[in-house]
Amino acid sequence: MFKAISMRDPLLAVLLLAGCATASSGGGAPAAVAPRVEPLQLPAVSWSGEAQAVHLLNRLAYGPSPADLRQVQQMGPAGWIAQQLVPADIDDSAVEKRLADFPSLSMSTAELVARYPRAKKVAQAKGISLEGKSPEQMRAELVGVVEPFHLPRQVGAELVAARLIRAAESRRQLQEQLVDFWFNHFNVSADKGAVRWMVSPYEREAIRPHLFGTFRELLGAVAHHPAMLFYLDNWASTREGFNAPRRGRVGLNENYARELLELHTLGVDGGYTQQDVREVARCFTGWGIRKPNEDGSFEFHPQAHDRGSKRVLGVEIPAGGGMEDGERVLDLLARHPSTARFVARKLAQKFVMDSPPPALVERVAQVFLRTGGDLTATYRALFESPEFWSDTARAAKVKTPLEFTVSAVRALGGTTAGDVPMIQALTRMGQPLYRAQPPTGWPEVSQPWVNPGALVARIDFGLKLASGRLTGTEVPLPSVNGTPDEVVDRTARAILHRPLGEQTRSTLLAALGVSEVMPDGEQRRVDGAKLVGLLLGAPEFQNQ
Amino acid sequence: MSAFSRRHFLRGAGALAALGAVPGFLGRALAASAPGSGKTLVLVFLRGGADGLSIVPPVGDPAYRAARPTIALAAPGKEGGTLRLDDVFALHPALSPLLPLWSDRTLAIVHAAGLPGATRSHFDAQDFCESGTPGLKSTADGWLNRAVQRSGGPEGAFRVVAIQPTLPRMLVGDAPAVAMSSLGQFRMPGGPAGSSAFDALYAQAVDTALRTTGIETFEALREAGSAKLAQLPPANGAEYGGAPIARRLQDVARLIRSGVGLQVAATDMGGWDTHVGEGTEKGQLASRLAELGGALAAFARDLGPRWADTRVVVMTEFGRTARENGNRGTDHGTASVMLVLGGGVRGGRVLGGYRGLGRSELFEERDLAIGTDVRSVLWETVQAQLDLRDASRVFPGFSPGARVLG
Repeated sequence: MFKAISMRDPLLAVLLLAGCATASSGGGAPAAVAPRVEPLQLPAVSWSGEAQAVHLLNRLAYGPSPADLRQVQQMGPAGWIAQQLVPADIDDSAVEKRLADFPSLSMSTAELVARYPRAKKVAQAKGISLEGKSPEQMRAELVGVVEPFHLPRQVGAELVAARLIRAAESRRQLQEQLVDFWFNHFNVSADKGAVRWMVSPYEREAIRPHLFGTFRELLGAVAHHPAMLFYLDNWASTREGFNAPRRGRVGLNENYARELLELHTLGVDGGYTQQDVREVARCFTGWGIRKPNEDGSFEFHPQAHDRGSKRVLGVEIPAGGGMEDGERVLDLLARHPSTARFVARKLAQKFVMDSPPPALVERVAQVFLRTGGDLTATYRALFESPEFWSDTARAAKVKTPLEFTVSAVRALGGTTAGDVPMIQALTRMGQPLYRAQPPTGWPEVSQPWVNPGALVARIDFGLKLASGRLTGTEVPLPSVNGTPDEVVDRTARAILHRPLGEQTRSTLLAALGVSEVMPDGEQRRVDGAKLVGLLLGAPEFQNQ
Repeated sequence: MSAFSRRHFLRGAGALAALGAVPGFLGRALAASAPGSGKTLVLVFLRGGADGLSIVPPVGDPAYRAARPTIALAAPGKEGGTLRLDDVFALHPALSPLLPLWSDRTLAIVHAAGLPGATRSHFDAQDFCESGTPGLKSTADGWLNRAVQRSGGPEGAFRVVAIQPTLPRMLVGDAPAVAMSSLGQFRMPGGPAGSSAFDALYAQAVDTALRTTGIETFEALREAGSAKLAQLPPANGAEYGGAPIARRLQDVARLIRSGVGLQVAATDMGGWDTHVGEGTEKGQLASRLAELGGALAAFARDLGPRWADTRVVVMTEFGRTARENGNRGTDHGTASVMLVLGGGVRGGRVLGGYRGLGRSELFEERDLAIGTDVRSVLWETVQAQLDLRDASRVFPGFSPGARVLG
């Protein structure tokens, strides 16, 4: 569709070559495939091996699963991170096989529009009039006419299911966390018009291939993608006074330009003016979409482009640049120090803590600048930082609803189909996936996720999951052999990975109704489902 | 102790030492409040930029029909016609359930309302409407939370409630606020036994935010459970229907009627971004308005005598272009309309500084120009409902001019 995507390959080749030269000294790790990046230099920490693995999996993965916990402890944190930084080398065939059940995941927007048309369109084609009918009446009319699995909402349902399955079960855990981060950074909402057919290709084409490349490639892929062009209205933005076919006199739309500067690159205090916003918008006029509701691929419209000269952040962009004007702007922004700081800070918020120390942000930003926005090098700087491995970072973040639900499934080595009950649970907690309306995406910090309604929804989710009432998502319950004290301690350790406080233990024992000891020493057996439900809903499990 | 200082008390450095005393303290605070005697403010946010020029069309402005050849609403008296309000304005026919409120003067309309420094971005405009500081994105809290912080209201678990999945920006801040999708879903997880275990677990939480929220949550759960809030049926023959906004307002009415001390409620409604096929007396916008009008009318009726102490403000982030676009819709504009409803309202009037849709009267030759600052209406409302005096504490940098609502 456009050239920017394929630029990653030579870079990857360079990365792989560089990695091969140093991979031979793999240390004591019993790795099947030696990681192809330079070994990481992690700061010395006094935590136990388990504590290190738990922290790592809480941040770079969707929480510890029994299998991943074992693997990190075997490979060591440095070895495991190195492996996660080259996801292509990790065999993920089990998950890929499951995703083969979702045909929409590999379709282009044009195919999706054709295959999953609006119900109204189907009705029209079959000669059914829906004019002036209420949604209920429409639904009644359409039953039996439209196949439910061929409605547009199926595209969203498959995308959510795939995201949840990957988050819970993919062995490329860092990749999945980064998909979450970068999709959110460059958010589009499936609720906005034609985006519903573009969002799946968007994640597949613009986000996933560029997670470990350069920021400029990622930025370019996003800027070109019809999902973003539609979501932030750039497709409708033209030079002032342009007489568009069928649309009449149209003009500049600043929406994308503003968010590009404010949310994608420089940050709100990154040093741009309102005049810059307008100039950037002028540069991007003509970046459009071929038939958004039908074809949905990128198309440059030279007639709609503003051919005059522009001045962006003090840099002259001469007249007549055509589509290259936009590329020039992206070049400027991708290497701007404000962008480096903005991206470094947001990554540090995601991976380290809500208010990252300025020194850490500055250090990571310098790596970003020095390496020309090499994302792998940037992540590395973060994971190697003493701040990442500091006591203040441990359990310092509240899990997002996505992280909470998926980490609950993983904690017990469970599995999910990512279907309706999971989606409903996420919605109740305030995170319906792919439907964040504002371009800011979901909040990266804790505050908005901690409120009474959401807390009740979280506790409820844990109880439902543990008692097998969350259809499509299952966790095996741990053994309840032993005395209640032993069972509670062992299960809490397996789920929370830290020793229980005396008060918490007695609260749990009391809630389980097992505190009472018979004269012959017999005690009631622990209800395993109830115990797991209590632990998943406990405050300690909301943190990561 | 005000809620403001309570939250600080819980979150502050002394919190750990004082923790043991908290439940008793909260219990006393709850008992000391006089729930059921206060006034309530309800804020309904229409997300997406609702078209004030179709909601309350200026049918008496000759420029109106010219600007909207295919989507102008018919004059009163014609088929599918609007409902006459005064010589200039009429009400969208889908809002006919609100006519009785207009007649008994508990509905006022403020036209051409907006925030200065207009932005046509939904996101910025909503942000500014909710932070209450147009042009300033770094404001951490919301105007409505700041208002609550400064009012001496009843201290209870349900003092500030948002009936929506996450707390809206306008309610973020130091004053405790509860957000929930619905009262029906807000019930003791795992029954009373399970709930008391979680209550204890959260009271011991090391994470301050989780501990504070936990305390607020279980306090609210106990109260919701004992009052059987979610089961309260509508009174006075009110019929809400099934629209999401109706169910949400029904929950607000339940909180008001059960006397749990609700002082501020907020909810929202989407579907107002009518770029394509906006419709006239029927269609996209009409469907939304029918839901909204029906819900508000049922709400007023349900409240009965409590309607006198309640004030509802309906607002949106911006209005839409004066002229229709090439798709029989409208694009992002500037000023829109606000509805102010309730007992203390001197209604039955279209207020605000509407200037007209003539070319020279428009903002940037395309949008209805702002005649009234949204903050004036909001400030007069919190002044009336929360008994506040200093506008600059709620809306920094804003000094209210002449009164809008009278």
